[in-house]
Amino acid sequence: MSMDLPRHWRLKQARYRLEGSHCEDCGHTFFPSRLICPECRSENVVAHQFGGRGRVYSYSTVYNPPAGYDEYVPYTVALVQLDEGPLVTAQLTDVDPEDVEIDMPVEMVTRRLRQYGEDGLIVYGYKFRPAWEAA
Amino acid sequence: MMKIKKIIGVLSYRPRREFQAAKEQPPSTHGYDFHHSRGEFDGLSSPSTEVIIMRNVSIVGIGQTPVNEHWDKSLRELATRAVVGAMKDAGAGPDDVDALYVGNMASGAFTGQEHLGALVADYAGLQGVEAVKVEAACGAGGAAFRQGYLAVAGGMKDVVVVVGVEKMTEKLNGDATSILATAADADYEVDHGLSFVALNALLMRRYMHEYDLTHIDFAPFAINAHRNAVHNENAMFPFEVDESRVKTARMIADPITLLDSSPIADGAAAVVLCSADTARTFTQHPVRVLASSLATDTVAIHNRRDPLFLDGAAKSVAKAYDQAGVGPNDINFFELHDAFSIMAALSLEASGFFDRGQAVREAQNCEISRQGRIPIQTLGGLKARGHPVGATGMYQIVEASMQLRGEAGGAQLPNARLGMTQNIGGSGATVVTHILEAER
Ligand SMILES: [Zn+2]
Repeated sequence: MSMDLPRHWRLKQARYRLEGSHCEDCGHTFFPSRLICPECRSENVVAHQFGGRGRVYSYSTVYNPPAGYDEYVPYTVALVQLDEGPLVTAQLTDVDPEDVEIDMPVEMVTRRLRQYGEDGLIVYGYKFRPAWEAA
Repeated sequence: MMKIKKIIGVLSYRPRREFQAAKEQPPSTHGYDFHHSRGEFDGLSSPSTEVIIMRNVSIVGIGQTPVNEHWDKSLRELATRAVVGAMKDAGAGPDDVDALYVGNMASGAFTGQEHLGALVADYAGLQGVEAVKVEAACGAGGAAFRQGYLAVAGGMKDVVVVVGVEKMTEKLNGDATSILATAADADYEVDHGLSFVALNALLMRRYMHEYDLTHIDFAPFAINAHRNAVHNENAMFPFEVDESRVKTARMIADPITLLDSSPIADGAAAVVLCSADTARTFTQHPVRVLASSLATDTVAIHNRRDPLFLDGAAKSVAKAYDQAGVGPNDINFFELHDAFSIMAALSLEASGFFDRGQAVREAQNCEISRQGRIPIQTLGGLKARGHPVGATGMYQIVEASMQLRGEAGGAQLPNARLGMTQNIGGSGATVVTHILEAER
């Protein structure tokens, strides 16, 4: 199986910094980054780093994983609504599946997403863990 | 014989109550009857500015293989059996066929074989014919049918064959899970460990939260599909299930269990299409394609305006209702894309049958059963007939045609005149809707 090296390398800004885009014309921020604003179709779009805090919009625990994720089963995935608005699909970490709730505050951390075989590429990226609410 | 698309005159929008009258208009003097009008449909009194004359299109032959784990049959054999079945049903010979469209999601990944247009044409006895594969994830079958429809409606082809085929059981379960996940966003969904089931589980969990439902409330979707599949000799799971079985089904991605999901399977289904004015030379029971539409939405769920509303489906059905001059109350039955129970609920709501958040309650009130307001999955649907992904859209078309031809056996609905099919690629990113009518 290919390790998709260039693809993972290309995604580093999104994966490590939660970098999306900001539209200079309509003010919309979105994740992941795009060349064209999905709201107003403007090409006047610049990089935008998200704060990494949000709330659980929905979640699920995976028992039948895609190939390459077997060793992590069961793991919990979620749609996280960032404080800035956009939804992000990610795994939850540092929490038992039964303790997860919709609207739970979470924050981004960088963790191992997967490894391609014993000596293969290790892919890191964002996951979200429970967070204390800001005072 | 070359047919040229002509643009003529003015035709005002036909409101729904004039539906019957509009379809009884005599054919135009050009020898084509027409139904597709295009323009600004902004009110009953304001006429559209132009009408593009296209040919009406009819289904004149149908064929299918049983949906199953066909360990003994290859992809090319499955496709050939469906194509030959449809051509025999139509009484069409190889020389009648002008083009072949093959709907398929992932033959390269599942079987190591791409280039299905030429391969299936060769093995199905259509050597040399124009042939191409159409891909739109699990919406491939419906998308291929639409390509066949466009070719005939636009006058570029007189007779075409469309086949949907998928051979999924060459791979182990985990590999199949990975291949199905290619319908989702590789960089931003699948790399984070999301299976296709998990994505639907996220939708189902949120839906349960918003509308105060529990898992067992969704049981009527599985129970209805299985009950109807009993009468389908081509169904993979032609047996009934009850609520206790739904309760104890194995968890796959919380809250989705095995009985909320459609099975991995092999199968192929095909039709022969021709222009409506020549349909009677092939068959005495043609089925008219009243509307055909395809709309898209974001591939990734996280980029949707509202994950619990299928914008793509709403756009797709709006165009279809508009083209056919009908509304949801005119549809006698609906073959929808119940890859998961939650998709059935979201599809019913986006298609105008039930209000938002009401589909599960309406299903509990038996409104999706044969006697209900809108019967769905009349021959088992994806859930119980089986879901050979790229073939599914064509099974929907073939099954709807059986209902409209009065050939659905024990599953036959009385008064099946208008049927709708909706084939979905991904979790709502490609939505293909067709409205079919019995020609009597
Ligand atoms: Zn913008």
